[in-house]
Amino acid sequence: MTRSPFKKGIMTAGLGAAWPICLGYFPIGLSLGVLAQKCGLAPWQTGLMSLLVFAGGSQFIAIAMLGSGASMATIVATTFMVNLRHLLMSSALSVHFPGVSRRFLALFAYGVTDESFGVNMARFNQGGWDRRSALVLNHTANLTWILSTVLGAFLGEFIPAGALGIDYALTGMFICLLVFQLRGPAFVATAFVAGVCSVIAYLWLPGNAYIMVASCLAATFGFCLRRVMGRQGRVLERA
Amino acid sequence: MNGHDLLILFLAMGAVTYLPRMLPLVLLSRRQLPAWLGEWLEMIPAAILSALIAPALFTQASPRLVVLGKPELWAALPTLLFALKTRSLAGTVLVGMVCYWGLRLFLKL
Repeated sequence: MTRSPFKKGIMTAGLGAAWPICLGYFPIGLSLGVLAQKCGLAPWQTGLMSLLVFAGGSQFIAIAMLGSGASMATIVATTFMVNLRHLLMSSALSVHFPGVSRRFLALFAYGVTDESFGVNMARFNQGGWDRRSALVLNHTANLTWILSTVLGAFLGEFIPAGALGIDYALTGMFICLLVFQLRGPAFVATAFVAGVCSVIAYLWLPGNAYIMVASCLAATFGFCLRRVMGRQGRVLERA
Repeated sequence: MNGHDLLILFLAMGAVTYLPRMLPLVLLSRRQLPAWLGEWLEMIPAAILSALIAPALFTQASPRLVVLGKPELWAALPTLLFALKTRSLAGTVLVGMVCYWGLRLFLKL
């Protein structure tokens, strides 16, 4: 493996790719910190939660459930369901880590979130994305998350909600990451089907099951579509 | 819950969060995937990103209903156009924020 000459480049690349995520995490982390503090958690407990769990959505849910006196088992089961979608992301990412050491993967997996998944996938598809930069990205995002939740626990109440449209940062980022994924008609069709299925499933299914249901349905649709298109393409070539 | 219970809760939450993130990476990266699974997984990012965004743009929570014309949706249009034109992540994030902020100011929300 090449050593020090590239170290700095790898760091900088990871940090450079991470900043939109950090920008998006910051206000969300602050508001989680505020809620946690209102729920009676000390700032260090909020930090410990972010360190051990690192899953924004389920942390919000857990705080709300703690506030309403839910049992430990219910909160853990809900967390499991809410984060199950990462099974899909981790599977899709695995293609880019052939034969990589278990230690590296164990460290990397800790930082697999919707956001880091989206950015890393876009970079891997572009080509030339170093796995170590991907690791830096995951842990930069994670550190930002932990710090912003702790900061929120201390002073979140003084920061006005919705300042500068910062609460749209992650939506904007997801829109652009989706555009990066539209690499042909089959991908556009898949995204369209996923969007429609997701809205329908959101209305009918509890919690965030809509994400996995819609993603699996749409990916299967896209997969079949590409197979059919491939077959037609071959027939046309022969004609 | 006391401090001790909270620690156990966070550890359990951490375990059920970490395992789905770690197991597929560790198990799948060590073997040759069948071609169909690789092709299927290739469609997952587009599908998952779209599935994450769509309800944020087209629905409201509690009660869950389809709502057209949210500022999130209006702001998404220039954001999407900008992303398609420039393919710049940083630029898109900033354009999205400015559009959303401006719209909310304009609509006095």
